[in-house]
Amino acid sequence: MRAVSCAPGGIAARLCENAFVAETARRGSVGRMDRGHPGPAATDPMSSDAFIQIDHVTFGYDQRVILSDVSLTFPRGKVVAIMGGSGCGKTTLLRLIGGVISPQKGAIAFDGEAVDARNRERLYALRRRLGMLFQFGALFTDLTVFENVAFPLREHTELPESMIRDIVLMKLQAVGLRGAAQLHIAEVSGGMARRIALARAIALDPELIMYDEPFAGLDPISMGVTANLIRRLNDATGATSLIVSHDVRECFLICDYAYLISDRRIVAHGAPHELETSDDPDVRQFIRGEPDGPVPFHYPARPIADEFGLRA
Amino acid sequence: MSVMDELAALGVRALRTLRGLGHSAFFFAELLRNVPLALRRFYLVVAQIHAIGNYSLIIIVASGLAVGFVLGLQGYYTLTRYGAAESLGLLVALSLVRELGPVVTGLLFAGRAGTSLTAEIGLMKAGEQLAAMEMMAIDPKQRVFAPRFIGGLIAMPLLAAMFSAVGIFGGYVVGVLMIGIDSGQFWSQMQNGVDVFDDVGNGMVKSVVFGIACTFVALYQGYEATATPEGVAQATTRTVVISSLSVLLLDFVLTAVMFSTPR
Repeated sequence: MRAVSCAPGGIAARLCENAFVAETARRGSVGRMDRGHPGPAATDPMSSDAFIQIDHVTFGYDQRVILSDVSLTFPRGKVVAIMGGSGCGKTTLLRLIGGVISPQKGAIAFDGEAVDARNRERLYALRRRLGMLFQFGALFTDLTVFENVAFPLREHTELPESMIRDIVLMKLQAVGLRGAAQLHIAEVSGGMARRIALARAIALDPELIMYDEPFAGLDPISMGVTANLIRRLNDATGATSLIVSHDVRECFLICDYAYLISDRRIVAHGAPHELETSDDPDVRQFIRGEPDGPVPFHYPARPIADEFGLRA
Repeated sequence: MSVMDELAALGVRALRTLRGLGHSAFFFAELLRNVPLALRRFYLVVAQIHAIGNYSLIIIVASGLAVGFVLGLQGYYTLTRYGAAESLGLLVALSLVRELGPVVTGLLFAGRAGTSLTAEIGLMKAGEQLAAMEMMAIDPKQRVFAPRFIGGLIAMPLLAAMFSAVGIFGGYVVGVLMIGIDSGQFWSQMQNGVDVFDDVGNGMVKSVVFGIACTFVALYQGYEATATPEGVAQATTRTVVISSLSVLLLDFVLTAVMFSTPR
């Protein structure tokens, strides 16, 4: 007997998504209609304009400078990775784009509009166009999986219950968790939580999806699933994706472009294959995970001979 | 030099306290601003009344009964000295509706509902749930805080009324059923001596004020909690301490205003 293989959630989910995007484009902003969707095949890879523009931004807390005069561009419809060591200001960048914090110097533009953390109304209007996947999902623990995904729909739309149900199940289907709709958040694993959060982040078909450490703390299978989903969702919805991570391998597999941050500034940027072949010491150390290099192994200390009284 | 240091430290502490007060006042104003918006989605408030009120019911009823029993016993002991044991009903009712009902309910409310509110919100903060809401362009003050605030505000007077009612029943059980005071005397003296507005009404006002104070303190402490397990634990403790003290302090102020001139 011949087994008939079918890609679970693959084509069907994509069709669902596309149908839904078309449906929701109607109630979304005008900009959605001309988004060159569906999929990447329809657009020329290098012709995209800048969706997010970070222009000479400096940010710090009190005396500590976290980012110093950094400029980045995130082209529309692309998957861009921001990589760097722990605590180098990657997540700070996401918070700056979301308007949670304001830069001390420089400006951030979201689809041509300046992000201004002080103008709450404009900021909220802008945030409705983005979805964010938090590091550990940030799911609402008092709600079920279904209600978590339905949450943004219930808050921001007046859709009838039957339509909310359809949309939620489609989104869950896209992340392969339609069967888990009625589970409580306490019952799902870390990898599943990440996917549910992803379904919630795309519930309103955002134009920008930001991923904060999407691979942290996942087993290899979940990691592969998540990476695959990020790329697939980006292609299916035509959204711009922005990944903050330090998982070089996974990022390079799915991103179109990458920025490497170290010591408060951008030290390198380019397509994955360009970075892989770079002979810049910063880039080499980070990508190969070498223990010593521009980022030293030792915390600054006085010479070891002094410490042990070995000086002749 | 050390005197100057101490002065400076004192100044820092004073400034920090003032800043905290100002911050909490802003938080309170924000809460009030969001109350009308939350009232428009009343089902969210109903869920909170259920969460805050129903789960506090057992401890309120059990404590009310115990306090009623004790009031019956102690009241009878004192009143028989003056041959006024029949006034037990009046004494129990007045003590409860004017004072013990609102105050003890307030203290229990702080311990039962207040701590759970603080812990819930602290954990939502630690799990980045509030940040996630903000990022979805949903104001947590409107979606999370305001419904809880209104819920506490409504649940507290109801719980206090329940406490007083059960307490009076406890006094009846001890005074009439166990000691044998005349049942008619017990109820009729109570009926004549308790005024709807002066006694029951003022007690109600007290419980509303305590409800506002306790719920506000619990929400604010949750909101300000350091987003770690220790931070949430400390915030929960602070909720109990600050709410209990505010209930007792407010009670003194309110009693002085309401009952200082005898009828």
